[in-house]
Amino acid sequence: MQHYSVFSLARNAMKHHEDWHKAWRSPPLKEEYEVVIVGGGGHGLATAYYLAKEHNITDVAVIEAGWLGGGNTGRNTITVRSNYLYPESAEFYDFSLKQYEILSRELNFNVMLRQAGLLRLSHSHHDVEMSRRAINAMHMNGVDAEWLTREEIIELAPGVNVSEEARFPIFGGMNQPRGGVARHDGVAWGYARAADDRGVDIIQQCAVTGFEKAADGSHLVVTQKGTVKAKKVALCVAGHSSVLAEMAGFRLPVTSMALQACVSEPLKPFIDTVVLSPDAGVYVSQSDKGEVVMGGGLDLYPSYAQRGNVHTLENIVAGIVEIFPKLRRVKLMRQWAGIVDIVYDSSPIIGHTPVKNMYVNCGFGTGGFKAIPAGGYTLAHTIATDQPHKLTEAFGLNRFETGAFIDEMGAAGIAH
Amino acid sequence: MHKITCPYCGERSEEEFKYAGPSHLERPIPASEVTDSQWAEYLFMRDNIKGISLERWGHIHGCSQYFNLIRNTVTHEIYGCYQMGEQPPEGWQKLGDKK
Repeated sequence: MQHYSVFSLARNAMKHHEDWHKAWRSPPLKEEYEVVIVGGGGHGLATAYYLAKEHNITDVAVIEAGWLGGGNTGRNTITVRSNYLYPESAEFYDFSLKQYEILSRELNFNVMLRQAGLLRLSHSHHDVEMSRRAINAMHMNGVDAEWLTREEIIELAPGVNVSEEARFPIFGGMNQPRGGVARHDGVAWGYARAADDRGVDIIQQCAVTGFEKAADGSHLVVTQKGTVKAKKVALCVAGHSSVLAEMAGFRLPVTSMALQACVSEPLKPFIDTVVLSPDAGVYVSQSDKGEVVMGGGLDLYPSYAQRGNVHTLENIVAGIVEIFPKLRRVKLMRQWAGIVDIVYDSSPIIGHTPVKNMYVNCGFGTGGFKAIPAGGYTLAHTIATDQPHKLTEAFGLNRFETGAFIDEMGAAGIAH
Repeated sequence: MHKITCPYCGERSEEEFKYAGPSHLERPIPASEVTDSQWAEYLFMRDNIKGISLERWGHIHGCSQYFNLIRNTVTHEIYGCYQMGEQPPEGWQKLGDKK
């Protein structure tokens, strides 16, 4: 692997940037692998990387129907945070955030992590109490959180509507200083490059169309580019988890919905914090290119169409204008939607499936991006050892039978 | 924005309606004999169909009545509706085929 550094940049600049190697190979699909990972998004690529790095399993293929990071990994609003209520979630997501903090160095790829804080506004006395409770819970779990007064918010998030007459008056807010944003493509590409360097085959433009059983009990993964044999298979396909599960002969407690986001035209930098308003149902951040990144709640009904509905977009924009009145004349540049896998308790499903030697990572719903390092790390452990990782013992499929849910519905602060 | 035809009120904006889960889920009985895994199947496991799906919808900002909708989850095309308690029309799986 060509090492990226300021020196390699300078060296290549002298050669008119014609000497850069490809970041990863595009090998043909072999006939047999030890592990086949379906889905070349963040979670699938991270799983491949940690399989190679932590468990020395390099006979791995990542099979992607489209292109790397072209699904939800490239469609999210790049927020990273670990502001969860319950100990199981806090441990899992904070592990993820800690991995993000060392990721650029580890992968030798700048994922542009910017920990400028994640601010959740409180618009009523009840909201204040709930936020204070959440802060206490986070402190109990060893996660950073702080209460900010109205005055502190004016300083941290200039432009927020602090008028007394505002439809959503600001009583204060809960901030996670370690929260922030990272570049989503960078995360996918960084993991892809590092996994490829360790021998993982990344196969793009190759949809999986079915699963069969080989005589020796291995899986046969039927793809557009031929059938491949694998001892173990992992499904990391977010919104399409049910479709893949049906091919393999089981069902998941997942409903696929569209989640929208949009960006404005680029503006001069005015805010570096991610601002979230549960009452207005929106969140905002500003990208490094200056675009204002905006998102809201889910569309209203199940969908596999990656486009989203007009009235949900209208609600998002209306909410943004309430919280940031000065953005009202800004033009939207792009709007899109990703298909997210919604689960009853808003917590992920990581681990075993009813099919032997088939594992699943799904159910992250609207918040999979922040969990990429932890999702990959723990699923790699489960694939390698056939045991749940201690961080994901509570996140198995069996919780739908035992009723031991981790109900994080309120943690995002948006009605997801 | 979609128009959905409520069987009682006629064509209305989709914002008046609420998706209320898949149709034809049958609650297992008797409750005392239903196992945890049967409950899990009934309560949480979903077909989550990509394609033509039978769904229960409520006209909550209208007549408050529930009905079944035949809808494509990829194209969002709506092929028709039928009343609660009824079975879908024959051949509903092929409704999306081009004539």
